[in-house]
Amino acid sequence: MSDFTGTGLACLRGARLVFEELSFTLPPGGALVLTGPNGAGKSSLLRLMAGLIPPFAGALAWDGTPVDADPEAHRARVAYAGHAEAVKPVLSALDNLLFWAAQADPGQARARSDSALEAVGLGGLGDMPGRYLSAGQKRRLALARLLAAPAPVWLLDEPSVGLDTDGRRRLEAIIARHREGGGRVALATHAPIALPGAEALDLADFALPPDAAPDLFDPYTEWDAEPADDAAEATR
Amino acid sequence: MRRFLGLVGRDLRLSLRAGTDAVVALMFFVITVLMFPFGVGPEPQILARIAAGVIWVAALLAALLSLERLFANDHEDGTLDLLALGPLPLEAVVTAKVAAHWLVTGVPLILAAPVLAVMLGLPEAGYGALIASLAIGTPALSLIGAVGAALTLGARRGGVLVALLILPLFVPVLIFAVGAIEAAVLDLPVGPHLARLGAVLALALPIGPIAAAAAIRQALE
Repeated sequence: MSDFTGTGLACLRGARLVFEELSFTLPPGGALVLTGPNGAGKSSLLRLMAGLIPPFAGALAWDGTPVDADPEAHRARVAYAGHAEAVKPVLSALDNLLFWAAQADPGQARARSDSALEAVGLGGLGDMPGRYLSAGQKRRLALARLLAAPAPVWLLDEPSVGLDTDGRRRLEAIIARHREGGGRVALATHAPIALPGAEALDLADFALPPDAAPDLFDPYTEWDAEPADDAAEATR
Repeated sequence: MRRFLGLVGRDLRLSLRAGTDAVVALMFFVITVLMFPFGVGPEPQILARIAAGVIWVAALLAALLSLERLFANDHEDGTLDLLALGPLPLEAVVTAKVAAHWLVTGVPLILAAPVLAVMLGLPEAGYGALIASLAIGTPALSLIGAVGAALTLGARRGGVLVALLILPLFVPVLIFAVGAIEAAVLDLPVGPHLARLGAVLALALPIGPIAAAAAIRQALE
């Protein structure tokens, strides 16, 4: 029931194909760990799964229904945590969180925000303005947002960056609880994160050479080709 | 609607606490207008004649100055990603941010304008039209400017680009607004000018957010 799937996905960045023919299945309670060298397209895949980037080829589906049939419903399903923490320096940690919690569900914003801060170990720092938070604390606040504004699919881009040992343990606990409740998580990481029963997806398997371009009319190569021909004729 | 107001409230708090944008736009407006008596000389007739145009051009530039950063901060710190994935449609997000921007920068301009008009010696009959034209015109400036701010997201030297893209689109607002004030000064009917200004606002209200949202989606890809 309600699998989140991608089939035959390809991603185009600029004029370069980052990966192609990539497929995944994310069942309820499932976890997908994206690995691969820098530039392999982990972040691109996560943004693509979130719907921020349209796939160049292939399709995302929820429970068999294509995601682009109802983008609004898909937006409500995903929670994305990227490299940028989106912490506003002039707002307190709690206010930062309250805004997103209220966007998701105004009624429970306060209770959810308080318990989310507690869960990531920022319990006593609710009044601290965002600009005084350390890099690791900002990262924890970004993770707290996942709890304050809950969604069934979590897309996490290197969530453990900047976290200390305690922070990483809390991250693992938060993800485990999310999955117990039937939540799905896809995360890109270079550091080991304990995710029992997670499926691994190595982006290196789908990697294309750096100059891989889709089979399209490309004005730039056409232009480049011409002077080369001229040069060849000139030498003849 | 609660979400919409929540976003407006957040933007208001952000700009009031960070504080600089609103003050800078207002000071820029006042100082630009104050430069004119130095530049063209203190003759009351000349200043009275150009008062409406000077105040309006300064208002355009002041709006432009603050519009440049409308989405840039949220884009840089990742907030725009989350807003794009949030429950509010991106068009509503843009409208909320424009509303907050106008409350913080547009309203102070409207309040400061009569004082500057006194200083330039704008004939008394023109005050009502000045305030009315600013009240209708500045929201239109914010809406049109939002498109430019969204289009230049991620571009280097975005501010200059916004000016080049957006200033030509401000021309109708300028013409109708100054037309209204001059008509009032000459004791001619003001209504038609304000109605045209209102038409520009009515046009910008749907087109601005839709175009800006489309540009933001492009920038987030």
